Amino acid sequence: MSAGLALLARDVRLAWREGGAVGVALGFYLIVVVITPLGLGPDLNLLARIAPGILWVGLLLAALLSAGRIFDNDYEDGTLDVLATGPLPLSVVAGLKCLAHWLTTGIPLVLLAPVLGLLLNLPMGTFPSLMLAMLAGTPAVSFVAGIGASLTLGLRRSGLLLALLVVPLYVPILIFGVSAVTPYVSGPNSTWPPFFILCALSLASVVLAPLAAAAALRTALR
Amino acid sequence: MQLPFKVSLSAHDVACERGGRTLFQGLSFTLAPGEALLVSGPNGAGKTSLLRQLAGLLPLAAGHLSVSGAEADTPVAELCHAIGHLNAAKTALTVRENLAFWAEFLGDGDSDLAGALAAFGLEPLADFPAGLLSAGQKRKLALSRLYAAPRPVWLLDEPSVSLDVHTVTRLDAAIRDHLKKGGIAIVSTHVPLKTAFDHELALGQERAA
Repeated sequence: MSAGLALLARDVRLAWREGGAVGVALGFYLIVVVITPLGLGPDLNLLARIAPGILWVGLLLAALLSAGRIFDNDYEDGTLDVLATGPLPLSVVAGLKCLAHWLTTGIPLVLLAPVLGLLLNLPMGTFPSLMLAMLAGTPAVSFVAGIGASLTLGLRRSGLLLALLVVPLYVPILIFGVSAVTPYVSGPNSTWPPFFILCALSLASVVLAPLAAAAALRTALR
Repeated sequence: MQLPFKVSLSAHDVACERGGRTLFQGLSFTLAPGEALLVSGPNGAGKTSLLRQLAGLLPLAAGHLSVSGAEADTPVAELCHAIGHLNAAKTALTVRENLAFWAEFLGDGDSDLAGALAAFGLEPLADFPAGLLSAGQKRKLALSRLYAAPRPVWLLDEPSVSLDVHTVTRLDAAIRDHLKKGGIAIVSTHVPLKTAFDHELALGQERAA
């Protein structure tokens, strides 16, 4: 128990101390959202309609940008070898590292989303459902990213490969994430079904992704 | 620091394969509590691979390991302190934070941070970021992990790399002290140590002959 808390606290502290990853993810999210209206023109109605989609796509790409760091640093300095000899199963180690990624990247991105929503003329009334949907969906984003990060461990410039592996798995999160925010796309009063599906996706990936990531880590350690 | 329990470790007909090439096979040894094994051999003979196999990082191509003295379902890896070539030090954390993490993580409640800091004289550097340490100081930080949590088996892969003469003596004494307490040490080194090794395993002899 204390071993798990120590690992989680260390990863959060490292992300905070090193700063770069969270800052880059937030900056990237900001840039993606800010340049989109410049490309689309000043049609406020159009922007409001596509805002949830832009916010979700930007969030997924920003999270992906920092996904490689989930395991890379620990792999390169030998920490992962020692973690593997610890009292925790490797799948729990992998899960805790994904959880730390969610705490340090997922949550800051979710908090930034409504601010960026203002830039896209997203109606204020949809902010609560946007934040709720993103809070429910981002754990899946971090844990699925963990699978990709563990599979591409030790490869040079693995960022693009990571994106190719992970983005297809993000499709359901994107579809249900957007439809949880835009009821008028999927019919009236239908915010809750997509929200619950998001919750289900997150719960499933919290359980399954660490097992997959641990298997990939074992091969990477050989 | 007392060991929680004493174990004896044996390997039976262990083989190692890397990239389709057999590095060694039919390797057996038994270490009773308080015994040390020196692993020697030319570069590429499989010293590091053997230590990584014992630490559970590399699968055994054949054979098996057995431990007596520990709870039956404890994996061998959890009894081992594995000090490899890499120091596993986080440059953004201070020396104290690095060791505190390992003490907490490896010890899981049974840890000794003060002892670990003192073991290789790192107290004056405790609040220094590990990124500013020299290569030798980083090595000391890695070796201090041995004291952060009590574990009966020490796997040391070239532990003396970039250490000064004084610290090598200290390391030597630390190994002897560990053996006296009933621990096991498996060391691969090119530097002669004063520790009396009960067994020696010379890898890569067939190819050299």
